[in-house]
Amino acid sequence: MDAKAIHEKLAARFGEKIAGVSLEVLEPWVVVASETIAEVAAFVKADPDLRFDNLMCLSGVDYPKEKPPRMEVVYHLYSYTHLHTFVLKVHLPREDPALPTVEGTWSVANWHEREAYDMFGIVFTGHSDLRRILLPDDWEGWPLRKDWVDPEFYNGMRVKPTQQMMERALAGEAIGVGPFDFTPPNRHAGE
Amino acid sequence: MTLATDTTSYGWQVEDLDTDEMILNMGPQHPATHGVLRLELRTDGEVVRGVRPHIGYLHRCFEKHCENVDYAGVIPYTDRMDYVAAMGNSLGYALAVEKLMGIEVSPYLQVVRVIIAELQRIASHCVAVGTYGMDLGAFTPFLHLLRDREKVLDLFEWTCGARLLYNYNWIGGVSHDLPEGFARATRDLLREFDAVTFPELMNLLIGNKIFVKRTAEVGVCSPETAISYDLTGPNIRGSGVPRDIRKDQPYCGYEKYDFAICLGQGQFGPLGSCFDRNLVRALEMAESSKILHQALDALSKMERTPVHEKVPKRAKPPKGEVYFRTEAPRGQLGYYVVSDGATFNPYRVKVKSPCFTAMSVFHVLAKGMMIADIIALIGSLDIVLGEIDR
Amino acid sequence: MQFTYRLIESLYPGFAGWPAWAQIAVAAGIPGVMLFLFMALGPLLYVYAERKIAGFMQDRLGPMRVGPYGVLQTLADTIKLLFKEAIYPKGVDRKLFILAPCIVNVGAFMPFLVLPFSSRLVGADLNIGLFYVSAVASLATVGLIMAGWASNNKYALYGAMRAAAQIVSYEIPAVMTLLTVVMIVGSLSLQTIVGAQGGGLQNWFLFRYFPVMPVAFLVFFTAGMAECNRTPFDIPEAESELVAGFHVEYSGFFFAMFFLAEYAEMVVISATTSVLFLGGWMAPHPALQSIGGFSLGPFWLVAKAWFLVFIMMWLRWTLPRLRVDQLMHVAWKVLLPIAFVLVVVVGGLLTWPQTADGFPWDRYVGWPLSLALLAFLAYVMVAARRWHGRRVQELA
Repeated sequence: MDAKAIHEKLAARFGEKIAGVSLEVLEPWVVVASETIAEVAAFVKADPDLRFDNLMCLSGVDYPKEKPPRMEVVYHLYSYTHLHTFVLKVHLPREDPALPTVEGTWSVANWHEREAYDMFGIVFTGHSDLRRILLPDDWEGWPLRKDWVDPEFYNGMRVKPTQQMMERALAGEAIGVGPFDFTPPNRHAGE
Repeated sequence: MTLATDTTSYGWQVEDLDTDEMILNMGPQHPATHGVLRLELRTDGEVVRGVRPHIGYLHRCFEKHCENVDYAGVIPYTDRMDYVAAMGNSLGYALAVEKLMGIEVSPYLQVVRVIIAELQRIASHCVAVGTYGMDLGAFTPFLHLLRDREKVLDLFEWTCGARLLYNYNWIGGVSHDLPEGFARATRDLLREFDAVTFPELMNLLIGNKIFVKRTAEVGVCSPETAISYDLTGPNIRGSGVPRDIRKDQPYCGYEKYDFAICLGQGQFGPLGSCFDRNLVRALEMAESSKILHQALDALSKMERTPVHEKVPKRAKPPKGEVYFRTEAPRGQLGYYVVSDGATFNPYRVKVKSPCFTAMSVFHVLAKGMMIADIIALIGSLDIVLGEIDR
Repeated sequence: MQFTYRLIESLYPGFAGWPAWAQIAVAAGIPGVMLFLFMALGPLLYVYAERKIAGFMQDRLGPMRVGPYGVLQTLADTIKLLFKEAIYPKGVDRKLFILAPCIVNVGAFMPFLVLPFSSRLVGADLNIGLFYVSAVASLATVGLIMAGWASNNKYALYGAMRAAAQIVSYEIPAVMTLLTVVMIVGSLSLQTIVGAQGGGLQNWFLFRYFPVMPVAFLVFFTAGMAECNRTPFDIPEAESELVAGFHVEYSGFFFAMFFLAEYAEMVVISATTSVLFLGGWMAPHPALQSIGGFSLGPFWLVAKAWFLVFIMMWLRWTLPRLRVDQLMHVAWKVLLPIAFVLVVVVGGLLTWPQTADGFPWDRYVGWPLSLALLAFLAYVMVAARRWHGRRVQELA
């Protein structure tokens, strides 16, 4: 089925829950209301004409400059039966983004959703094991959000060079490599 | 004579024996986890009751990096994801951005890209199959296969100066044209591969009875599980699902080549076992060789075109997004690239790495195995931690 | 000892005038030291040989840098290992940790005591020599379990448990096949066993009682290979599974001792196999037994043993490793029944009435008889297996 037909089918089934659509782009997509995504997922997988049995990719994207600011979760679907692809999108508020998990429909979503949670702080309600996956368990913050600022400390270790270190490094001082300072502490005292 | 299974007559019950499960941490530093994977095994003697994979030890913030460099600057980072098959990674990214920008490279360049990608596939599968043998204790096939991989790397070095991380596939072209005599050298390599290395591999490792016994009934993945967990590439073909992006959605002119999709047959056990996945990889090397011969034939009939002709000075795609997937040696490698149309940096790059999804099925397949089978399973999924952790 | 005594006396006539204790010390000490050097320096050679053979099989050169063709490589490695710091990880049981490699070495080297190198060159011709070999060789198990337990490491513990299960299991088929030889010769003394195989190639036990003894040889050699933890039976130290198994926490000299023991054990198994089945120090033809009155016995034994060591290396660099359950399957369901059958068949052959003219019944009647018996037993086993298969199908 082509994208237009898929959209019509979804619109007929879910009505106004299909909030937006864009078919004239490289990868046609529809926007699904966040609370319906699990039902839509189950439907597109089970429907014999659609049969999207494969979730190729699940990505989070942060759009802070859009009006209103939003977070997106993008589902790239593929059908091993009909060999067609389609994209579902979910728009979420940037404060406390949450949506139902699709883990029950596509098992692979388990890890993809963990990754989205890890990087964007998107909470997938009903997820069986929502932990950080790539970053350390005690990491704070959501690094792929556009307003992310590098932390100065991680577990009490300085991970971001200070202004002083940067200046010394940029001035071409021989001690240390790049912005990282290997000067012994007692030499700082004399400065 | 019947054996007394009722142990009450002995004055104690089997259930009374106090046994306990032991947590065994396999990795992050372990010779058979193919990198820095950590597996938390719940073991009952030699039997594994449950597995919890921990990944992220090699996380290098690939996606964050992408948002802070320009489009061309991403390519060296893609090389470092799957460092065993770097050419495949940069090819996928370059094709994704080209699609976003509407660039169509010349037929000559397409052939060049196919040649490079298939050579990389042979090299990558050499490592995959060879290390798999090593995981199971057979050391010699590994070195025989590395011998041929070495020759492929020599060709790459001759072409672009690098042996592991190439920065070769650029947006709209490649960094260097193939050198004079490349075709002949490649044919020499293939002749030796077809005549010596491949039969040797099949005799020495794949047909070995111990090897078959170790792998044929281990880690069986049904097609439904494979699709649901998004196994791709050789892994899903090992489960008997005949899907290959090179056939289904051809890129780089793959539709012009005559090659077969290798499938697991389940000759020695249930379909979708470790043996099948590994066999698919071995057979794919022969198919790649077939593609390469055709591509070299096509190359000989072609006019050379400049390789940098369509490379943009500074890529700035229009506003939009694309999800492009290629058949990398380890499976479908997908790039989701979002452009905001205003800056020279990608707005967002997300990678669907085949190893990431292959690893996510691991705890399902590993349940109830023996410890030695865990190693066999890791090897048969052919994971590269650089790509999982990115 | 008498041989050395006479040799020294002929070279240095004043030797007879020495006090008795000095005579004994020198006469026994010289062969002892020679034997010890052969054993202790042997592994240097075997390691070099293994690396060169592996290199040849893997299409590479192997060690080439230290000395001509890398001959000094293992010496350099040994020196490095000796000078390395012995690391005791946190929480190890120090006494056991140190004791374990010693015990393994004791178990590996003590069988050399009874190995006959020629009619005279033998440490001690015990009348229970074979029993002694099999008893002492399994001492290594204790050391392996000690090492695994003392290391305070889960991988080491796994390795130790696997080693214990494996060595104890393979001991049984090995000893059962020993019995066949013992029944034929009627003695446990290794010297007597070798003596029974004199007179040329055709009298070696490998070629006697045609289908029986070759099988016994294979069973014994396989079980022996499993006992010294070589691929395809190297699960106790399976590199890719248990990292290094029982010796994962060992470094420096202690590691070297485990290494030494492994190679010594290989030689012991190979030499024992040669003594039992390949005629020990007997030459393939009586004419080759000595040159100018000088016995070539040691040469023949060492040549046979090294040939078997080479086969072990060959297999190691060719085959993948078995899994634990498959390993146990091989021991208990394949080798052990075969060994039992062999014992029964050999016993049957030996009770065949011997005629007074010494007609070699075992050559002419034994063959068909043993073949028939084997065929019958094979049929029984196949039938039992089929029946078992049907049962499983019915159950499923």
